[in-house]
Amino acid sequence: MTSGEQTQSQVVSEGQPGAGENQPSDAVLQLSRAVRNRTPTWRILLQNPRVTIPGVVIILLLLMALFAPWLAPKDPLRINAQIRLEGPSSEAWLGTDENGRDLLSRIIVGSRTSMTVALLSVTVATVLGVAFGLVGGYFGGFWEFATMRSVDVLLVFPPILLAISVVAFLGPSTRNLILVIGLLYMTRFARIAFGSVVQVKSREYVEAARVIGAGNTRILGLYILPNILAPIFVQVSLSLGFAILLESGLSFLGLGTPPPNPSWGNMIGAARGYLQQNAWFVFWPSLIISIAILSFNTLGDGLRDSLDPRLRQ
Amino acid sequence: MGRYIIRRLIQAAIMIFIVASLVAVFIQFIPGDPAYVILGEERATEERVEAIRDDLGLNRPIYVQYADWFGGVLTGDLGNSLISGRPIATDLRLRIPRTFELGGAAVLISVIVGIPLGVIAARYRNSAPDVLATSFAILGLSVPVFVVGPLLVLLLSVRTDILPASGYVPFQEDPVEHLKRLALPAFTLGILSSATIIRMTRSSVLEVLGEDYVRSARSRGLGERSVLFTHALRNALIPVITIIGLQMGTLLGSSVLVEYIFNWPGVSTYLIDGINRRDYPIVQAVILVIAVTFILLNLLTDLIYAWIDPRIKYD
Repeated sequence: MTSGEQTQSQVVSEGQPGAGENQPSDAVLQLSRAVRNRTPTWRILLQNPRVTIPGVVIILLLLMALFAPWLAPKDPLRINAQIRLEGPSSEAWLGTDENGRDLLSRIIVGSRTSMTVALLSVTVATVLGVAFGLVGGYFGGFWEFATMRSVDVLLVFPPILLAISVVAFLGPSTRNLILVIGLLYMTRFARIAFGSVVQVKSREYVEAARVIGAGNTRILGLYILPNILAPIFVQVSLSLGFAILLESGLSFLGLGTPPPNPSWGNMIGAARGYLQQNAWFVFWPSLIISIAILSFNTLGDGLRDSLDPRLRQ
Repeated sequence: MGRYIIRRLIQAAIMIFIVASLVAVFIQFIPGDPAYVILGEERATEERVEAIRDDLGLNRPIYVQYADWFGGVLTGDLGNSLISGRPIATDLRLRIPRTFELGGAAVLISVIVGIPLGVIAARYRNSAPDVLATSFAILGLSVPVFVVGPLLVLLLSVRTDILPASGYVPFQEDPVEHLKRLALPAFTLGILSSATIIRMTRSSVLEVLGEDYVRSARSRGLGERSVLFTHALRNALIPVITIIGLQMGTLLGSSVLVEYIFNWPGVSTYLIDGINRRDYPIVQAVILVIAVTFILLNLLTDLIYAWIDPRIKYD
């Protein structure tokens, strides 16, 4: 009886390191196995409408930003006092702002600011964060302290406050905006990469790679990085949404893109003063910002559902 | 547990020290001469520049400036405004309660809206009420406060005149008017955090509904309502409380925008005014106050969490 129990508990404890179903690393392995043996990843993704629908919207938004100067029907900066604050018409499809400028053209050209800041800042965040997380998680000890504690310091500030402080002291410019948003969201990537690396680095295939003489760079790049990509992709999508939110929030406060150049945020900021005269003025930029952020958030959720087998219900 | 609390307290103290140090040297990061930047090109005469430098202590070595500022902070002296000359601490004492009032009202609204919607979504999972509640949550997370705010003003005040668009009336002067002016900003902030609460409540209730003790309660023949309210909800709300705590931090950030939109004279409007007038001592003080509040809220959340959930790891 006693010996039987002992054997059983031994079996359980021996089986544990490999068998814990809740370990994300196992989930990642399962996924990579599933991907290799059965359905290709892109097919899993294309089957999920929560990926495809926002995906299409995002592609359209990116195309709009890319071809903005050719798509805009009018000059977004041309002032015309005769047609101030008008509603939609055949002349100005979405109406005009307080200086008679064409709202549609301003929204199209404004998408450039939002998309540029979002893409570049999230690139900064991803590269910095993943590097911090990989180094901290893989080498441990001093490196873990140096990387993860500096991340903790950044997390002490509410994001928008840190962004406002930097802009207040360094002055508003696109470059400062990209750097500060990148730095802010780097923390998320660092934490995700760190957590994943700690779990993946003791797995057999990493040990095996080390035994056959692979160097640290090779192990990190070839064996560890590919296995932590799924949660990072999810985070990229969510962070793009937050970056757009933050950029337009700062522009709304007058601390981002300086007028007369259009950005979705500073358009809403300006429109606030003319709610009585032309409600369309506040409506259009509000709509496009909401669609953009909603798309990135939904895409992030969809990617998570599709890439993480634990969440498939 | 005791050791965990002590360690967490020490951590928070270190964080506050680091933040205060960073804020102390913020002014050094202004490109160019801060005195010139503050005055602007046209007003920057020799005497004025000297006066500003004296005011800010910029003529002294940086370690003296640092020690001075730090000493001030410890004794509750946050310096004086460059423009009004008033002590910043006095202004803040008036404004901090207003910011907390707004935040508190928003949390109240988000709990009243969020928890019932989350429970309903879980109870009627994958049917119409669930779809409605989760869609509302996704919208709440995606539509920025500076979109919700102006749209609410448009609908409830410009078009219909139900509520005043902005401003502040002290409670002692006119309680009804005070609450009316609080309504729109609090609601704008509350929608944002109710979204997170809906999602958290839903997933937490769903998880608990699959537990053994809920199954056995059902098998004992208890009605669905009784299972939900007496067995499931009590346990499901533990993580929700943590989320509410974390939401306080997010709210603090978003309140910067909301106070500005509705001209609510709290800490954030003070900050924005300070930035626009280049009144840097105000900017420094407000950043410090908000960051410290943020650290303390996180500390509080961690401690409450550790107290509620004994499974938490203390290392």
